[in-house]
Amino acid sequence: MKKRLAMMALGAALLAGPAMADLVFPSLSYRTGPYAPGGIPFADGYADYFTLLNERDGGIGGEKAKVIECETGYNTEKGVECYESTKGEGALVYQPLSTGITYQLIPKTAADGIPMHTMGYGRTSAANGKVFEWTFNYPTNYWYGASIAIKHILDLNGGDIKGKTIALLYHNSAYGKEPIRTLQELSKKHGFNLTLLPVDHPGQEQKSQWLQIRRERPDYVLMWGWGVMNQVAIQEAANINYPMDHFIGIWWSASENDVLPAGAAADGYKALAFHNVGKNFPIYDDIQKYVVDKGLAAGNGDQIGTVLYNRGLYAAMLAAEAAKTAQELHGTAQITPAMMRDGMEHLEMTPEKMEALGVPNFGPAFSVSCENHGGNGLGAVAQWDAKSKSWSLITDFMEPDQDVVQPLIEEDSAAYAAENNITPRCN
Amino acid sequence: MFYREAGDFKTSYKADNQTFPIRFDRYRFYAVLAVAWLVIPFVINDYLANAILLPFLIYSIAAIGLNILTGFAGQVSLGTGGFMAVGAYSAYKLMTAFPDVNVLIHVVLAGFITAAVGAAFGLPSLRIKGFYLAVATLAAQFFLVWLFNKVAWFYNYSASGQINAPERTVLGVPVTGANTAPWAAYLVCLGFVTVAALIARNLTRGTLGRKWMAIRDMDIAAEIIGVNPLTAKLSAFAVSSFFVGVAGALFFAIYLGAVEVGEAFGIQKSFLVLFMVIIGGLGSIFGSFAGAAFLVTLPVVLKLVGVDLLGWPTDLVAHFQLVIIGALIMFFLIAEPHGLAQLWRVAKEKLRLWPFPH
Repeated sequence: MKKRLAMMALGAALLAGPAMADLVFPSLSYRTGPYAPGGIPFADGYADYFTLLNERDGGIGGEKAKVIECETGYNTEKGVECYESTKGEGALVYQPLSTGITYQLIPKTAADGIPMHTMGYGRTSAANGKVFEWTFNYPTNYWYGASIAIKHILDLNGGDIKGKTIALLYHNSAYGKEPIRTLQELSKKHGFNLTLLPVDHPGQEQKSQWLQIRRERPDYVLMWGWGVMNQVAIQEAANINYPMDHFIGIWWSASENDVLPAGAAADGYKALAFHNVGKNFPIYDDIQKYVVDKGLAAGNGDQIGTVLYNRGLYAAMLAAEAAKTAQELHGTAQITPAMMRDGMEHLEMTPEKMEALGVPNFGPAFSVSCENHGGNGLGAVAQWDAKSKSWSLITDFMEPDQDVVQPLIEEDSAAYAAENNITPRCN
Repeated sequence: MFYREAGDFKTSYKADNQTFPIRFDRYRFYAVLAVAWLVIPFVINDYLANAILLPFLIYSIAAIGLNILTGFAGQVSLGTGGFMAVGAYSAYKLMTAFPDVNVLIHVVLAGFITAAVGAAFGLPSLRIKGFYLAVATLAAQFFLVWLFNKVAWFYNYSASGQINAPERTVLGVPVTGANTAPWAAYLVCLGFVTVAALIARNLTRGTLGRKWMAIRDMDIAAEIIGVNPLTAKLSAFAVSSFFVGVAGALFFAIYLGAVEVGEAFGIQKSFLVLFMVIIGGLGSIFGSFAGAAFLVTLPVVLKLVGVDLLGWPTDLVAHFQLVIIGALIMFFLIAEPHGLAQLWRVAKEKLRLWPFPH
């Protein structure tokens, strides 16, 4: 009996062996549907970075990285199917690129012990690592984004926006609703009026919202849009001659795909950014040499250098760096999801590190800790130049208003902890 | 040879009136139940449960519900997604307001709440018919989704408008929340499906079902022979919505755990369930299961074949899914307009004569 058990254990180990050999990074992507304009470049960037690591460095710490792509179509049911089908492959970290799927996966990943990284999206209060052990949203999140947008408006108006009207045009979903509470707090603090304009999925129909904007002429319009909603909104803004430099999108409304359809009329449109834009980085030479020239580029290979491609690249880079950190911490190249979590919790991005990775000044420096899973939330404002068809950062990376956001994070995560009987960690 | 009445003697009216009068049919039904209850719970895993079986079972309940309304009572409805949302949000409000009450009771209560809402939205059916009724139920769909988005009370004022199912147990075993074992979630859904199918089958065989069918076939004639259209139509709406509400509650609490009304219960959900009913077969309980199985499992199977076996790019497979499913729907509707249930019926007729068809 004992012998047979040992044999079975050996057999199981042999079977499990090959599956564990690679470091698996599932990519829950969406290359189809109304959100594909955002999903494709991100997925390409995510895949290409790991291809680069495999081709140039032979993987991460000597272990090959393997990206398993699964199409979600931004749909939560398909997202669940994708999660279940990939988690058995030894997935190290999930990046669903959808706030809806994130909400699904927060309890599931915690129960299965697999970390999830929602970079600049997802549940904002996951920044509180005391409550959300397995969820990370560094380097920034929606509430910081809302605060940075208001800060930018404050800067433009010499610090006084009392009595001004700011409209929030948002995707009527968990994603779009996230910033509302922060903006309400900020409107109390700074004395501006907030108008809420929801746009229903998928966002192609916005006539009534823009009619209202045309009638009320808010001083600024903030947009929390994604997919086709962005293009439509910018086109509508151009149609009513809304001043583009008073129209500020979140970083998910900030890609070339969003502004190009409106042509010259989109000139001056602003959007937030939490990493740098363009392809003037040494890493792009390596991508050309090791990925594109070898014919290994993901997708059609036509997205390289776009804003969302950069973001996918950045997401992959942070995941790879966290994996390296985990390998150093635990002294083994074959890390498990639990080790990956430790690596993410001890991740530190410094200017030197980014320089060494071939992306100097790509993003702000930040560090993650047990308590803080959200980084420091720095963000900048980028502006679109329709003539040269390029984005450029017009501000430095700014600090968000922690006095407003931090209490909100504490409150929301405390509510989650109470709902789910979680005792805060890190004491 | 196997499937025939010959030699299957009935000695009482009860035996003659049973659901499955043919012995082979009856044994097949017991065999399916035995596999579902006694075999699958032991072999189930996370993937099988969450990708195939739970959605199949839950959509089956929704399809049974819609089939009662559209297939048996002839009232076209495009409000299924909205009614599922009523079930989901009632279950959420009940679960959070009365945490000590068993979640299964909450699911049933959510069904009753949906039945009341459904009956209210069924009132226009007394005046309007056909396409006009479809538009009235479409209004219900959009109104309900708007309501659950707009009124923060329904999602307990959470920042994102999402509702999350807290962990609840049945007999000490968690059935909602992330720590649910796949077999527990499966058994809960299977229990509801079994009961729902039995109730639906017997309702449609009895007085109520005959009234519905009379209304469906010709409402004026039905009225003349003494069927009260008010009670018949409203009861169809209420019973249908009850099942749809239960499906919505299970969809939220057991299957997804977190939903957002616009995404999970939008108009596309109404169409999906309607397609299940049409492809499966209008006016057939078996058709509801067949339609749900077809539309739930086919995309998964196509994905497994395309991505995992053939290694094609994911976007190509996703587009092919649309093409193949669309083509299959057209093929089925041309080859057999009465749906999969009719194919099954024809197969049974052939089996009756086999191997001597003449």
